[in-house]
Parts: sequence; C-alpha cells; structure tokens
Amino acid sequence: MVQKKINLKNKFLKYFPLILLYFSVLNEFDIDVSNDWLISFNLPFIIIFYWSLKDPDQIGNGLIFISGILNDVTLGYPIGISSFIYLTIIAFAAYLRNITLRPNIYKDSVVFLVAILFANSVNALILGFIFSIEINFFEIITNITFTYVLYFLFAKIFNYLKPVGA
Amino acid sequence: MASGRDDFIIAVRSAFLKKSNKQQFSLLALIIFSVFLIFLSNLNFIGIKYLKTGINEATYRLSALISYPEKKLNDTIVFFKEYFIVYEENQNLKNQIDKLNNERLNYIFLENENKRLKEIVGENSSFIDGVVSRVLIDKDGKFLKSIILNKGSKDGIKIGMVVLEKNYLVGQVIEVNFTTSRAILISDLNSNIPVVIEPGSFQSILSGTGKDYGKIKYSKNEIKFKDNDIVYTSGSGGNFRAGLPIGKIDNQIEKFGVQFFSDLSQLSYVKIQSIAPAEE
Repeated sequence: MVQKKINLKNKFLKYFPLILLYFSVLNEFDIDVSNDWLISFNLPFIIIFYWSLKDPDQIGNGLIFISGILNDVTLGYPIGISSFIYLTIIAFAAYLRNITLRPNIYKDSVVFLVAILFANSVNALILGFIFSIEINFFEIITNITFTYVLYFLFAKIFNYLKPVGA
Repeated sequence: MASGRDDFIIAVRSAFLKKSNKQQFSLLALIIFSVFLIFLSNLNFIGIKYLKTGINEATYRLSALISYPEKKLNDTIVFFKEYFIVYEENQNLKNQIDKLNNERLNYIFLENENKRLKEIVGENSSFIDGVVSRVLIDKDGKFLKSIILNKGSKDGIKIGMVVLEKNYLVGQVIEVNFTTSRAILISDLNSNIPVVIEPGSFQSILSGTGKDYGKIKYSKNEIKFKDNDIVYTSGSGGNFRAGLPIGKIDNQIEKFGVQFFSDLSQLSYVKIQSIAPAEE
C-alpha cells in the first residue's frame, strides 16, 4: 500500500515539470500589481534551466523544442524563435552541469542570469532586426529581473519535488 | 593553459552533442532545426504558414482553457478595485450626466445636420454591422500586444478588419484561421494609426506604447493638444474608416499621451467590422 502510494507520487512528480512547462507556455504568468506596474516573469526559462541542470532526463530536448513552438503560436511570434531560445538555455545548463563538481545554487544562479540575458538579447535581436517588431526594452529588463529573483524560490520548490530515490 | 582550453571544448562538445539514454535528439540537431524554421518563417515559406494554421486552432482553444483561471482571478481583482472606487465614480458620473444632457441636444442637431449634408454630397455612411466575437485569450506578451478571437474565416473574418468595443477602436485583425483570428491591439508598439484630433481637425499618427495608453506622433511642433481633445481615426491610407473614436488626449501620462476609451486589459466581447462600405 505504502509502495503503491510512493509509486503514484513518483509518477506525478515525474511528469510534473513537463506539465508545468506546457501550462506556462500556454499561459504566460503576468501579475498586474497596479496600473503602472506589471510584474512578469518567464517561468519556462526557470523550469528549463533547472531541470536541464539537475535532471535532464526529466524533460526531453524534443519536448522543450515543441513547447517553444507552442509558445510562438500562443504569443504570435514567428515559428522557431522560442524553441531556439529555450535550446540556448539548455546549452548553458548542460555546460554548467559538465563543469560542476559540487553544485551550488549561487553559482547556478549566476549562469542562469547570463543565460537569460543572452537568451533575451538574442530574442530581441531576432525580433527587432529580422522581423522588424518593435520592442519595449524596459519590460524585458523587468521580466529578466523578476525571472532571476524568482529562480531561487522555484529552485527551492523544485528541490522538494524530485521523485523519491532520484 | 592548454588543459583548461581542452576542458572547455570537451564540456561544450558534450553539452551540444551528447545524448543521455532518454533523450531522442541532440541539442545541436534541434538548434539547427529551429534556426532552419526561423529562416523559413522569415521567408514566409508556405509550409510554415500551413504548420502555423494547423497548430493555431488547437493551441488557441487549449490556451484559452488553461488561461481561464488566471483570467477569472484578474476579473475578480478588477471587480474589487472597482467596488472601492464606486462612490467617487458615482459623483463624477452624476456631473457627467448633467453635462452630457446639455450636450445631447446640441449633438442631435449636429447629427441631423450631418445626415442632411451627407445626402447632399451623396456619401454612403452605412457600414456592415459586424460580427460579435468573444475574446479567447488576451495575452499581454513582452513583444506583442494581441488578442485571440473566436471567429475566423468561416465567419467571414478577413485580415485588416477593425476590432471595436462599444464602438471604440481597439485593434485590427492580423491573422485569420478557420475558427479563430488574432488582432493586434492599438496599444502595441507596432501599431500606427492615422488619426484626426478634434477640435481643430489636426491630422496625425497615433502609436502604441506597449502600455495601456497611446501617444500622438508626427504632429507639427506648434500644435498644442489639450487634455480631453478627442482622437478619431482619420481614414487616411484606407486601413481604417474615418470617425472611429479611439481615446482622448491626456498630457498627465506623458506629452500628447492618449488615454484609450476602452480598457484593453478587460476585453471580453468585441465587434469585428469590415472597413469597406456596405453594398446597397
């Protein structure tokens, strides 16, 4: 009975990051604090970086690629941009995983900051220069800041959500 | 030194090429494929269009379903915010009603006079009533302010049609699928609308700011727009018909800022209209 419960819990935890990723690409999280302030953060970046770093088998690269396509469709961007951006985030996480012997959340967060700065810059460059879409840079900076700050919180939460024995 | 460089190369190569047991694709292969897709998107490749249209239908419905709790939560927050300001608003509304009652008589006279004059010059001012549509998703993306509507090509929606809320202009259709469509909002940074500002009939361009207000661009320096001057579409360029109210000048937000009549974050139902006059 106890074993059954653990198996069920493990099954749920196994698919949780994937469900959360698809949920977040189909519903970008924006919290409207007041009329002048909009707190927005990029949950897919956090999920992709964290799980690619800690357990890359949890969400496959192919599924992350597809989630990028869905994000492009939902937000009306040209197809392929979000997938490319998500894959660059995975690349940073994979590199960090390869060079790290003793994982530390502060070191992770520094690489995460570099990764999201790089990803958003590439995103803005592609949209601005190739597709001539005007961009509100202040909004992007706000988004990057909140994404970075909330990484610590989500990393803590995700630490508790690893399947038993993983 | 050489060893450090080797370690770097090994780490990078491993990150891009190595596949774990459960991974189906290497990172490098997927990156190349996504760059290929971006390249095809830029060329407006027909296959990408079909792919996008195919995914759109399912994704929009799914996204609307998933966004429903967040939307309801936002609606509730707005409801409580409005509840607290209702007394003050009531006083303002009473004053406005008095003022409007006085203006109404003047307006009826002008409307009749306008009708008579239009008959004299032979201008047909009747337009297609339009299609009422529900807003499925009102995503406030970082790069694009747009809404997804539950009417598509099967309902006669075409690219370029105007989107109205209570007869106020809120956007324009930019993408049409079979049962859904996407409209860019007037608040989007890429939105530029030829407008006329009354009183004075000054021609100008209204641009989106990416926030909940717009801004008058390209006006002559000597013109000073006053607060509460009304901004209408001018009809120049033929993308919008003339005379659609958009908002009023509010120099408090910023110089020549335009406060929209519609709250673009609270759109539930909109009317989609053709810009072409109805056939008689």
